[in-house]
This record gives sequence, structure tokens and C-alpha cells, in this order.
Amino acid sequence: MATTPTPVLPKLVGARIKRREDPRLIQGRATYVDDLKIAGMHHLAFKRSDIAHGRITSIDVSAAKDMEGVEAVFTGTQLVDLIPPMPVGTPYRTPEHRALATDTVRYAGEPVAVVVARDRYLARDAADAIVVTYDPLPAVVDPELAMTGKPALVHEGFPNNLLLDSIPGGTGAAGGSVDDSAIDKAFAAAEVVISQRMVNHRLAPNAMETRGVVAHFEAGKGTMTIWSSTQNPHVLRSIIAAMFGMGQDQVRAVAPEVGGGFGAKINVYGEELVAAALSRKLELPLKWIEDRSEAFVATIHGRDVIGYVDLAAKRDGTVLGLKLRLIADVGAYNMLFTAMIPTLTMLMANATYDIPAIRVRLSEVFTNKTPTDAYRGAGRPEATYFVERAMDLLARELGMEPADVRRKNFIKPGQFPYQTQMGAVYDSGDYEKALDHALKVANWEQMKRERDAARAEGRVVGIGLAMYVEVCGLGPSFLLPTGGWEHAQVTVERDGRISATTGASPHGQGNETTFAQMLADQFGVPIEHITIHHGDTAVAKQGIGTFGSRSQAVGGAAIHLAGGKVKTKMARFAAALLEAHEDDIVFENGLVSVAGAPASGKSFAEVASYAYVPVPLPQGLEPGLSEEAFFEPANATYPFGCHISMLEIDRDTGEPKLLKLVAVDDAGHLVNPLIVEGQIHGGLAQGIGQAMIEEVVYNEDGQLVTGSFMDYAMPRASDFPMFELNNTVTPTPVNPLGAKGVGEAGTLGSTPCIVSAAVDALSPFGVKHIDMMLRPEKLWRVIQGGQA
Amino acid sequence: MIPTAFDYQRATSLDDAIGRLTAAGGGAKLLAGGHSLVPLMKLRLSEPKTLVDIGRLKELADVREKDGAIQIGAATTHHEIATSALLKGQCPMLAEAAGEIGDQQVRNRGTLGGSLAHADPAADYPAVMLALDAEIHVKGPNGWRKIRAADFFQNLFTVDLGPNEIIAGVQFAPMRSGAYAKLHQRASHFAIVGVASALELDGGTIRSARVGLTGASTHGVRLTPVEQALAGKPATTETIAAAAQIAGADLETVNSDIHASEEYRRAMIPVFTKRALEAALARR
Repeated sequence: MATTPTPVLPKLVGARIKRREDPRLIQGRATYVDDLKIAGMHHLAFKRSDIAHGRITSIDVSAAKDMEGVEAVFTGTQLVDLIPPMPVGTPYRTPEHRALATDTVRYAGEPVAVVVARDRYLARDAADAIVVTYDPLPAVVDPELAMTGKPALVHEGFPNNLLLDSIPGGTGAAGGSVDDSAIDKAFAAAEVVISQRMVNHRLAPNAMETRGVVAHFEAGKGTMTIWSSTQNPHVLRSIIAAMFGMGQDQVRAVAPEVGGGFGAKINVYGEELVAAALSRKLELPLKWIEDRSEAFVATIHGRDVIGYVDLAAKRDGTVLGLKLRLIADVGAYNMLFTAMIPTLTMLMANATYDIPAIRVRLSEVFTNKTPTDAYRGAGRPEATYFVERAMDLLARELGMEPADVRRKNFIKPGQFPYQTQMGAVYDSGDYEKALDHALKVANWEQMKRERDAARAEGRVVGIGLAMYVEVCGLGPSFLLPTGGWEHAQVTVERDGRISATTGASPHGQGNETTFAQMLADQFGVPIEHITIHHGDTAVAKQGIGTFGSRSQAVGGAAIHLAGGKVKTKMARFAAALLEAHEDDIVFENGLVSVAGAPASGKSFAEVASYAYVPVPLPQGLEPGLSEEAFFEPANATYPFGCHISMLEIDRDTGEPKLLKLVAVDDAGHLVNPLIVEGQIHGGLAQGIGQAMIEEVVYNEDGQLVTGSFMDYAMPRASDFPMFELNNTVTPTPVNPLGAKGVGEAGTLGSTPCIVSAAVDALSPFGVKHIDMMLRPEKLWRVIQGGQA
Repeated sequence: MIPTAFDYQRATSLDDAIGRLTAAGGGAKLLAGGHSLVPLMKLRLSEPKTLVDIGRLKELADVREKDGAIQIGAATTHHEIATSALLKGQCPMLAEAAGEIGDQQVRNRGTLGGSLAHADPAADYPAVMLALDAEIHVKGPNGWRKIRAADFFQNLFTVDLGPNEIIAGVQFAPMRSGAYAKLHQRASHFAIVGVASALELDGGTIRSARVGLTGASTHGVRLTPVEQALAGKPATTETIAAAAQIAGADLETVNSDIHASEEYRRAMIPVFTKRALEAALARR
């Protein structure tokens, strides 16, 4: 007998559905670290150095200590026994770094003392009452001067301020030996050589939610719970446990809502360690919330790499060799992944090209500035910028179309998997397809006509194009000291609803939606019946975190695998109920039934209920429906694309205006194109921001000049044209989803394509290269015939 | 970004506010939109003991026409000024300048009186008030004073306002052929250079002109040589181009910062003077 017709559920993977997490976030109904309150909670405030470099000669905390409501004040030396040196995730020799400076301060903003007080205002008052005197040392600001040991050493024992000294990579550099013959041969055979110094300048990440931490050591239980605005609570948990001699079972880390990370919240910071250590010592719950002024100096910065690029080519545009000398200004300390980020620039020096010989040399230099670490793109935008600008210089030198010189050198689709000169194995790609698609979507020929017509009117207009390829979906495990897998657990609850946990800790990536879309299709149930849990090490038992555009490609694959295991088991319960073979069981439209006979089926909830009260228990089955999976990718993924822009510069003022931006991105299969577009929009905003308005500036004393939004320009929607997005689909073979990752893509192609458009616009003035960012005054000087 | 402790009082009238200021003996600051004062307090560059909130005083929030003049209350927000139909019709230059302040959030909170009293060297209103030859109406314990804009702006963050006086509003004659042109500082959206120009036209002749400049020096100033070069001349783009060329040449010192060097700022004064004058002429 036919019963009530079952609604047909649409397939959700590939659908443009809105993010389920957004309503609570935009309505102010979400819980961030600063929303947490615990009885007895006290607040921390840090006294920070107001000079860039100097020896601490005295710290007077007496006035602060005497204030009513101040529980305790600690200086750096008083915490040496409580807190081990700061964690470092790279294998290189590194200077000792303490959560609070002990005898020397090395950047303006470095903490030197901490106050514990009853409320946040009082804590700030007390921190301000601490008097520190310094014996100033010369501030090390220029990284190229710093490499000569001048004007001072940032760290004793690191001569010439080098964290890493001229590490070679590329053709003929392996196992400690360097054979330059191939690269020398390439340059000897060159008909044209392009040489250009370029600067990929420093940026401040500026997540909308600043950092924050609540640490609660419960002495009775001997456990520590630490809430932090972090991208990777499991990494934080492991580090806190190791540093304080606790078991990983005794530490719980929670990332509640996280209002943006952009790489800057991968790092484990001194403030987190201080909060944890003092909570244990004082047996008080402690909170610290970074304010915006602190965020500019105390949260890591990104980029800041000088590249000397030499490109050897034939006059037909064939590239023979590439030399890249990289000098990374890493600031004052080697943080968790500081030293690793510029190595990703090395890794991606091949870009999208089949270059026969490449030599990269990387030096990482200490200066008296805020330390650098991962910032959206993290090393790959730098590589893209240097190589793509060089390709554009080559095209201009040869009078070739920018697309043609690239086309001439692409790695061809038949060459994948492609082993690069830098040791990467690109998983899959079709660069010419992305290029052709972008040229068509942008209507490049029409853009050229528009540019020429504008020039005829006396306007300063240019167009630019850039390719990119990045390394995403990080691991596998040999790439990451944390491990490169991801973990998931999927549970069909007794009532037929589904809970899933993921170790990826999304903070804007939309995985509560995309993972639920996948599970809804997998089990044939409504997405409303599915909840994705994350960000709590007590809930998501294992995990690595969200960074390197990995949450969908690696975390999503783990969800897929765990879901598959549960589904297999549930099919066996259903087979018992329906007296059928488990291979014939299908899940669709909220029913579990025998293939071809939906009317005979049981509701999803009925089968779930049976699995938890299994009378009779089918032979060979345990009760329950909950399975976990670790997914270890076979390789990283290498998404790619082509960005095209048109830019106008005001002839009278030098103000640049972006007229058009076309982004064609290939991230493989897309689970939710709407979310993908949102990710690309965000990346573009930060890439365009770097090209056009964002720049961290220090003065000669090592003081941050751009320490507030009054001087550091955050891009606004009004700074952009409507983005024109499109995509090609080249799936990756390294995970079962074919998804490559897209979180950082927007930052890669946009910067060189915009700078190339600016150079094109200024080419009538004799300009071949101009460094970011496109300051109006700088452009005005070019137009006035001065220097770029 | 954490201010020191302060008392908060909400005034019930302008006179009540004056009384509270006087009673505080110099320890109080007025709060309206809070978009200049509160950031300073968060940075602890300003540590008032008491804030007297005048932001909700209805008598200070109004844009109206009275006896042929336009009056704007001090607590009127930038957004209200930018979108006022009266101003768009009778004084488009002011609506235009208000619409270019900061961003939407700033315009929704920040007020005319607050900006005038704070007198940031890069604020937009001083240029416009100078070009309008506006009167600033202030009230204090000794009653009302009316101060011409040219006398009101005195130096860096310094205006002609006594310790217990409050700006109640501004008054000026309608000015349709006026315009504001601004080079934005791209982080703060304050003016690197902002020029307001008002043309009194007599048929095809410029009877007189007033040109106000902000952003370039310590405080808003009139570009008198430009005004003189325009007066009595034919109302043409050629006249404007010639007059704009000398804009700012008489300024002894011009600001310099990471966003714009002195040389660049000096070069931008004629550019924006020309733009403002051309736009003003187009509105006749």
C-alpha cells in the first residue's frame, strides 16, 4: 500500500546554499572568547616595551602592586621558572624566546610584565603604573643592512642577524650539495635576461576578532581548560600539555567562535602560555583579550620578503632558467612556523611553468620588528608575485602578449603528476585551460581596446594578467610537524539525527555547512538533521586544524570516510530488518530501503533506533552507529588559476582605482560554489589590499608608524569593483572528494595582476616595474617624471 | 584601548550641560558622537574625569531654514547632513563634504559640533565653514557668542571656545554654487587635502569667491590669493585654472606624513582647488 509520499531531497553537494553558521554570527548570538565568564575570573594586562631594542635596566612594579584589586604582578625574570621557552615548530637553530622579555626587548610591543587584577580596566591601570627603564640599543630595521651585522645584533650568537643563511634549493641542490652547472648553463645560453629587485611588503593580519584567551586550571581535578581564539585547538592543547608537564588527557583546548584567523591564529602566543601558567600558579580562572592597538604589534605580521629575480630566456619567450634570491625579514623572533613560511616561497618557485633550471637561495633575517609567521597565502603569494612579475617583465621586454609568454612555458596537462625543480609534485592541472577561460571571461581583446581608447583620451589605464598555483590541502604528514591528517567522527544518533565532529577547526570557512551537505547526500537525510561539532578537543577527539586551505580537502575527506563507515554498518542493521542483503540497501529521501522497492523501506530513524536497541542483535555487529576516521592525503593539492585586472591611475593625483577584476580559479570539485566564492572574495580583498592600500610601515627607530586603522588602511567594499568570478574544474586524485582547497587563492593571482596593470598603465612613462603598494604619491611621482 | 575611569552624565538641556561643565571645574568633556573623543580616551591621550553627554539634546539636532539663513544644530550627525534635502538643495557643498567623512559607521555617529570643536587639521568641515563664511554659535555661562569661521579656527586642535562654552550650532546663507573636493587619506578617509569653494556669481562674472582649505596645515584656512584672483573675473574654466595655480603658494608650512609628503600635498592643493571651483561653477 502506498503511504504518504516521501519528499524527494535534492542533492546538496555542488549546491549554492547559504552558510548555516551565518545567522548566529551576524545577529550577535554567537559566543566568542570575550563572551565567557567564570566565577572568580581575573583579568590580565601586559606592560609592553615602547622601544624597539634595548636592555631592561629596571622595572618598578610597586605602584601597580599596591593598587586595590590587583592580585599579582610578574616580570619576565619571575616567570622563567614557570614557563619554558616559547615553542618553535621548525628544526633550525633558534634563539631563546621567552613569553615575557627578561633582559632585552627586541621589538616595540614586546611584553615585559603582566598584571593580574579583578577587572580589565583595573588591570590596564596597573599595567600603565609599571615603570620600566631601558638602555636603548640601535634599532635593526633594514634587513639587507642587518645581514651585514649592522647597526646591531638582534640576538647574540646569530652573527649578521641570520636565522637562516642562504639556504639553497632547486636544480642540483640536494642532500647538502649544490651543483650550479645547470643553472649556469641556462644563463649562458640566454638570449635575454630579466633582472629585477622586488619587495613583497609586510602586512598586519587584523582579524575582526582580536586574539583572546581564558585559562582555567582546576586544581581539584588537576585539569586545564584553555579557551582561545585559535585556528588549531588540538595543536594548542598538545603544546600547553608538553610545556607544563601535563598529559594531553589533562588539557582541554576550546576554540569557540573565532572571528577570523588568516594564519595569524595558528601560532601559539606568549599570552596563552602566561594565562595558563598563572591560572595554575594562582588557581584562578584568567582572561586576556587583546585590544586593537596590541593586535598591531603583538600578533604576528605577514610577508616582508625581498626577491632578487633573474630570468633567463630565449627571444621566442622560452624560459631557460630562474634565479631567485630571497631575503625574508622575519622580525625579532622565530615563532611557531616563522622560519617555514619563506620555505614555501622556495617550494613554489616553479609557479605554473616547466622551467629547466631553478636556483633559489633563502636567507631569513632578524630585525627589531614584530615577528612574522603565516598570513593568508603564507609564502605562496610571494612566489607568485616574484615569478609572475618576472614573466610580465619578460613579455614586455620581448614585446609579447603576457598570455603568450606564459602559454609558451606552461607545464602541460600530460605532464602531471609533475615533479618540480623545487621538489614538489603537482597533483593535477590544466593551466592553459584556466588562462584561456580567463581571457574569454574577461574579454581581454575588448579590454585592450578599452585601454587604448582611454589612453587616447589622455587617461592612465592599464591591464594585467597573472597565473598562480599554490600548495594547499596540507599534509601529508611529512610536510607538517603536527601531522598532516585530519580526523572525523560521524554518529547517527538514536533518533536518526546525525552528529559529526571534525578536527578541522573552521573559523569562517563554512564547514558546518559543507560537511553537512556531504553527509546529507551520503545518508539521504535533510541537512537540518545534521550538526557539525568542532573547535573543542573534548568533543573532536583528534585533529590538526584549519590552515593552508586544508579544511575541505583533508577535513572533508575524513568526514566522508567516517560517514562511509557508519553507512556500511547501518546498512547491515537495515539488511537484518528488511531481510535483504546489505549490498542492496539504499539510503534516500529519509528512507532506508531495498533498491528498487522504496515502499518496503524503513524510515532512517527507525533503523537508527534499532541499531541502539538491537533485538535481535544481527550476527557480528556491535550496537550503535558511531565511527571515526583519520584521513591522510597522499599528497598536497595544487589549485591554480588566472586573475585579470584593469586599473586606472588619476593623472593629477596618482590615485589608483581598480576598474575590473576577473578571477578564474580551479579548486577541483566544489562542494558549495557560493561558499567558494565567498572565500575567493575574502582572499581577493586581502590580495588587492596588499597591492593597493595595505602596508605596515616602521620608522628608522623601529617604531610602528601604521599602528592603528587611522594609518593602516583596511580594504573596504567601496575600494573594489564587482568581482567577476568563474572557474574550471580539474579534480585532484589525492583525496576522495577531488577538492583542492580555496581559502587562500584570492591572495595569489590578484597582487601581481594588479601591479602588472599599474605597470602597463605607467608604461608610457617608461616604467617597467613598480613595487607594491600603489601609494598615490608614488604613482604621481612617476607620472611627474620622477622616480618610482 | 582601555580608557581610564570616568563619570558619565547626561545633560537635559544646553544650559544644564553648561552648568555641568562649569561645576566640573575643567575636569569634564562633552560627549556627542564620541568619534573624536572616545578614540583619544581609549589611547589614554585624553583622560577626562567626567563626560557630559549632549548627543541626545533635541535642541541641538536640527537642520532648518530661518529668515533666509540655514541653521544646523551641533549634534546633527554627518549622515543627517549628507542626506538633508534642504542642504542638498541650498548648500550642496556641505552635504557633499559630510558624505565624504570617514565611512558610514562614522557618519552615523559623528556630529558637526564635535568635529568643529575638535578641529582636527584634516577634518572636512573647517574648509566648508570657511567657504560659507559661517557663523559658529556658542553658548557659555555668560550667554551667547557668534564667531565667524575665519576667527574660530585658530591653530592645531585649537578653536575660539571657552572652557565652559558649548557649540550650539552654525548659521550661514544658502550657497548653491559651492563644491567640496577632497583627496582621501585611504586609511582614515580624513582629507590629505580638502578644498571648499563658494562662488558669488553676477551673470557671467564672479563677483566674489571664498575658498577654504583643510588638511594642508595646522588648521583650516582661507585661500585669499585665490579668492582675489577670481573676484571680478569672467566665470570661466580659464579663470579658474589660472586662479587655482597659485593655490597654497602662500602657505609657509604644509603638513607631511607617510601618506603624503609636503611636496605632494603642495602639488595637490591647486588640483583640488581647481576641481572644487569647477564643480561650483557647474552648479550655478
